Amino acid sequence: MEIVLSLGIGVFAASGIWLMLRPRTFQVVLGISLLSYAVNLFIFAMGRLTVGAPPVLGAGADIVSVDDPVPQALVLTALVIGFALTALFLVVLLAARGITGSDHVDGREPHLAEPNPENPHP
Amino acid sequence: MPPHLLLATAAILPFLGSVVAICLPGHARNAAAIVAGVVMVTCLACIGLLYPAVAGPDPVIWAMDWLPTLGVRFVLRLDGLSWLFTVLVLGIGALVVLYARYYMAEADPVPRLFSYFLAFVGAMLGIVLSGNLIQLFVFWELTSIVSFLLIGYWSDNASARDGARMALTITAAGGLCLFVGLVLIGQIVGSYDLSVVLASGDAIRRSPLYLPALVLVLAGALTKSAQFPFHIWLPRAMAAPTPISAYLHSATMVKAGIFLMIRFWPVLADTEAWYWIVGTAGMITMLVGAWSAIFQHDLKGLLAYSTISHLGLITLLLGLDSPLAVVAAIFHTVNHATFKASLFMAVGIIDHETGTRDMRRLSGLWRAMPYTATLAMVAAAAMAGVPLLNGFLSKEMFLAEAVDNADGHLLNLALPVLATLASAFTMLYSVRFIRQAFFGPPPHDLPHAPHEPVRWMRIPIELLVLVCVAIGLVPNLTIGPLLAGAVRAVLDERTPDYDLAIWHGFNAPLALSVVALLGGIALYVAFGRRINTNPRGGPWLMDRIDGGWLFERTMTGLVNGARRLEAGLGAERLQAQLRILFLTVLLAAVVAGAARGLDLFAPGKTTAFDPAFGLMWLVGAACAVGAAERAKYHRLSAAIFVGGAGLVSSLTFLWLSAPDLAVTQILVEIVTTVLLLLGLRWLPKRDAAIPAPAAEKARSRRRRLVDLCIAAFAGLGLAGLAYAVMTRPAVDGIARWFVEEAYPLAGGRNVVNVLLVDFRAFDTLGEICVLGIVGLTVFALLRRFRPAADSLGPPKQQVNHDAYDDAREGRSLGDTAADALLVPRVVMTWLFPFIVLLALHLFLRGHDLPGGGFAAGIALTIAFMLQYMAQGAQWVEERLRIQPISWIGIGLLVSVLVGAGSWLFGRPFLTAYFAYWEPPLLGKVPVASALLFDLGIMVLVVGASALMLVALAHQSLRRTRPAESGVERAVEKEPA
Repeated sequence: MEIVLSLGIGVFAASGIWLMLRPRTFQVVLGISLLSYAVNLFIFAMGRLTVGAPPVLGAGADIVSVDDPVPQALVLTALVIGFALTALFLVVLLAARGITGSDHVDGREPHLAEPNPENPHP
Repeated sequence: MPPHLLLATAAILPFLGSVVAICLPGHARNAAAIVAGVVMVTCLACIGLLYPAVAGPDPVIWAMDWLPTLGVRFVLRLDGLSWLFTVLVLGIGALVVLYARYYMAEADPVPRLFSYFLAFVGAMLGIVLSGNLIQLFVFWELTSIVSFLLIGYWSDNASARDGARMALTITAAGGLCLFVGLVLIGQIVGSYDLSVVLASGDAIRRSPLYLPALVLVLAGALTKSAQFPFHIWLPRAMAAPTPISAYLHSATMVKAGIFLMIRFWPVLADTEAWYWIVGTAGMITMLVGAWSAIFQHDLKGLLAYSTISHLGLITLLLGLDSPLAVVAAIFHTVNHATFKASLFMAVGIIDHETGTRDMRRLSGLWRAMPYTATLAMVAAAAMAGVPLLNGFLSKEMFLAEAVDNADGHLLNLALPVLATLASAFTMLYSVRFIRQAFFGPPPHDLPHAPHEPVRWMRIPIELLVLVCVAIGLVPNLTIGPLLAGAVRAVLDERTPDYDLAIWHGFNAPLALSVVALLGGIALYVAFGRRINTNPRGGPWLMDRIDGGWLFERTMTGLVNGARRLEAGLGAERLQAQLRILFLTVLLAAVVAGAARGLDLFAPGKTTAFDPAFGLMWLVGAACAVGAAERAKYHRLSAAIFVGGAGLVSSLTFLWLSAPDLAVTQILVEIVTTVLLLLGLRWLPKRDAAIPAPAAEKARSRRRRLVDLCIAAFAGLGLAGLAYAVMTRPAVDGIARWFVEEAYPLAGGRNVVNVLLVDFRAFDTLGEICVLGIVGLTVFALLRRFRPAADSLGPPKQQVNHDAYDDAREGRSLGDTAADALLVPRVVMTWLFPFIVLLALHLFLRGHDLPGGGFAAGIALTIAFMLQYMAQGAQWVEERLRIQPISWIGIGLLVSVLVGAGSWLFGRPFLTAYFAYWEPPLLGKVPVASALLFDLGIMVLVVGASALMLVALAHQSLRRTRPAESGVERAVEKEPA
């Protein structure tokens, strides 16, 4: 299980980082999403892996062997913040695209020397 | 009132007055002047009442905790020295208030001036009364900032702006040096308390850090008191209104530097380094200032350079390392403040009543304003050191010191000669001032016909001149006790014997004094005419060196250097920056791992492998790689792949005992995917078929290869690290405590939820604040959203639908769109109540079972979202008005109020309360205030996520407008 999950985290992270290094804003947004999955899973994995012992105390739950709740609580808020982050980046990319006319991360196409605010679509 | 309360009142009142004055309307100059006057007089009364307390051996101290963790206390400390300076600051300040009331024109925003003025008084008192080094620095920089506002008061005047900027740059830069110096002293002594520092002079002088500390502290003091070569800011600060100049350059701003040197004299002086730095700076400044003052044509310019010269004199005295010289320095500080303030005010009157300050145009004012002329002459005589006036006494002491110290050092041997020379120069420019302004033929073509000013404007000068004469005639009855108190506070047991008498018999200082006075007059007789008609406009020898130009060159050089550095070292492009960032992190991880001998694959405990889990992750990995590959040209499929990856991570959470995470992840996934889909509409079309330039192609292939390596190594590294941690045994951390105490302490069985809403509720409060802020930011960004031109037209599907509707008989435009996906849409509409129920369920069970406010909030958002998708924004909003911004506000308010509620019971913020409640039928249920807190979270999450979705969805309404106009055009075409 550990080897599968760690390889999975690695693939997620690698895809995310590769996408973040791409020139188009949409790629970067997806890249951030993927990287945040990887990081969330990584943090979660810091509590070690347990199968079938959620930290929910019911009748007969074994207090000693339940999964570590602390990384879970950290990841839970990270999930919601991650959603907010994706939304914010998405809107920033849309606004930048509206203003500069380009969806390049630098706000201008690399083969055009300077952005022209008057006429972004030469 | 007890002494420390009087002290605190005097320290705080100016700041309160400043706030009151700034709130007054712009034309209320009488009210503002009254506020300022009352503040000054009240403070003066407080300090006056403290005189008996200060006369004792111990200072009056008022202290309270400020930064207890750093051992820094806020201390007000009043001893003889600070008492004398406080009286100077407040006394001359009170006179300046009266003067400024009549000086300022009605058109000026006078309350603002008084507000800055009072703030400056407060800052100045803060420096003088500080009993703590850090506190001293804070007020020190405050004087720099407020003096910037005061000098630049007439902000529509370019020279005022430049002067203010230069003063701020130089004095604030010096202030930063001072800060470091004070911290060094604090490190040497082990305390920032002034009383402790003053008692540790030997330790400081012996420390290896003494020299850097000394240089840094002096950098602060010498810049503030305008010593060469930092003196250039002072003449340019003359662009301030004259009452302000009178205040800043006589009793306050520049005297702050002097005060600092006197204050630290017992601990920093008496070394070679001090002697050379302070003595040399003072000597040069004294001569350069006096020399430059001779050649000024502007009366204020003359006074400015004269101020520099006198500051140099005081600094030189402090540099002499003799207790008697310190007495002379303190004495001259007081004398200079009185005669210089009155001279500035007199020059202000001349400027006010004649319209010019140019000595070449002024002449014979004696006839028009005999009273003012007399006052100015007495003050100028005090400045020149004429007997029977206060300036004579301190100058005599100075000359006596110069003679006494004339031994050994080269500097000392030259001392009597140079001191006499500077005194002669002073006499020369004083005579020139009086002769040019008040004597000679009657003036012609002045801007205004000169006459005496209003009575009230003269009163401050009269009082100051009275002080000059009183000190000059009977020093022992007037300044004597005050000076003795100040000297004792500085020198303690080293206090020398001195005699303030006017007549010491025929001795060397008297002879030098006479030489200087007669020499000055002789020089004026010989060179006066040439100086007055000096065509070069600047002092001989000195006019080739333009301090302002050097300063500007330095500033431009700094900015240009920074630009070049940025161009050389910075990466303007995001991709390059990110590449550097990732590479640095990678390198740091490798280095750290190698240094610690990290073995990633040491054998450890593993969990039994499940083929289904492996298969699931095969899909997940394929999704991630697919998303990475498709994201450029096939955005829709890439978004779906990312959703798939999210699904796999949600299932992983479920598998590995984290049901809460699984629920939240899958709900978040839904909302994120919808958001991405809404955004896709506004992105440009990208086609793989469009060929890139050939050169670009090769470069981009190389770049992609590099990126692929970075990504692969980072992924491998993270995988290895994750594996290494997972196979190591768990650390027995805080987790066990949370699990054990969740039910007994918080009444919840779901430990993750208990952590969020109870144990770590403050963190959660922060998180939901962030969420709310992001929601509002998204909303604000989209309000000004301007889509690119090529995204404005209707999308391809709509065009096809419209064409189909147009072509068929009996169909009107929009029918196809209305019929599309009819069955799913009805299902989605009817799902609404069920999803709301699910959300409620998730919320209510959250404390004991997987669920909670976050999950419930997002579920509720999905319910709203589905309605938008099924029926369109207009349909939904006709039936259902949700106001996301109010939801955000209410959610935050509920959470904060629940947290604050614990204050009512005398508990800290966010202490949760819980009890068991037994309603009929349902059995025992826990009732916890944490549930209410969770409610706040849920409401805020709904508000924030709905706000983002609705704001983005609303952009589609923008699109229909051009489409509608298209319909209209089509209708218009029909008859043709």
